[in-house]
Amino acid sequence: MVSEHSEHSGHSESTADDTSAMALKILVAGGFGVGKTTLVGAVSEIRPLRTEEMLSEAGQLVDDTDGVDQKVTTTVAMDFGRITIRSGLSLYLFGTPGQDRFWFLWDELSQGALGAVVLADTRRLEDCFPAVDYFEHRHIPFVVAVNCFTGARSYGSHDVCRALDLDQGTPVVLCDARDRDSGKEVLIRLVEYAGRMHTARLLDSVG
Amino acid sequence: MTEYTTGAPEEPGSQWYDSEAGPLVRPYAMTGGRTEAGPTGVKLDLIALVTLDPGAAGTDDDTALGPEHRELVELCRLETQSVAELAAGADLPVGVVRVLLGDLLELGRVTVSRPVPPAQLPDERILREVIEGLRAL
Repeated sequence: MVSEHSEHSGHSESTADDTSAMALKILVAGGFGVGKTTLVGAVSEIRPLRTEEMLSEAGQLVDDTDGVDQKVTTTVAMDFGRITIRSGLSLYLFGTPGQDRFWFLWDELSQGALGAVVLADTRRLEDCFPAVDYFEHRHIPFVVAVNCFTGARSYGSHDVCRALDLDQGTPVVLCDARDRDSGKEVLIRLVEYAGRMHTARLLDSVG
Repeated sequence: MTEYTTGAPEEPGSQWYDSEAGPLVRPYAMTGGRTEAGPTGVKLDLIALVTLDPGAAGTDDDTALGPEHRELVELCRLETQSVAELAAGADLPVGVVRVLLGDLLELGRVTVSRPVPPAQLPDERILREVIEGLRAL
């Protein structure tokens, strides 16, 4: 990929015009072992990269560190992948750290995120409750993607929607996290939904 | 578990080499102990895009730069990259990369595009483009 660079030096300002490169962020959340890394890997054009965020006593991470014990230095790994839509427009996917005790990292990750995919496994649906709560409370658009593991009893998206007590309109998609097309479909549903949410919010603010 | 001593262990496979042995330098030693980026105090987002400043690209005066700085510059020379990609590419923790990029930013070696704030985020036209792009993959 050849990098495009805008000619003006106002590049570092937070304006987004057509000439500056733009990156969008999508989070992939869900319980441990539900297939977050698999999904990221299936749709990413690059081998999923792994980045490590080090947490230290300095704790300069985020404001909301309530109840988080930061006395020890810990390393948290995050998986991420990239999809280039066109030169200057890329989509970045981040697999959120699975353990609850790294929640404060999510605040940083979710800042400016376009939306999130909450992966669910019907055999242990409760694992995705925290993620659903998190995004609902912060009004971050999300879709629930039910990873259809072989051997798991299949439920309809309506059953899952009811079991999770989702807000009306939150899409539930059945998917296979290993399958690229299936993963693409999940992302498309999310972007469509994020667009609808945004438009609705704009209308709210002027009405 | 066998006790690990400074003497050469005889058992094959019990020695660690290279990266398996763990880092030789504590990560924040590369930043001179700094955990936050310089006076400009920028907190770079993981998807902030880092581009080599074309004006500074010709300057070969790298005396102010450490090897890790130079590695980041080299990675950016290949293509514009996000902070997260640079961290993975240089095999450094994101926190360290942020500090190093802060240095490069102050030296005028790179420019950084900040992600669009969420309130302005999904421009409908952009979102349509993303959806079409995903379909075409």
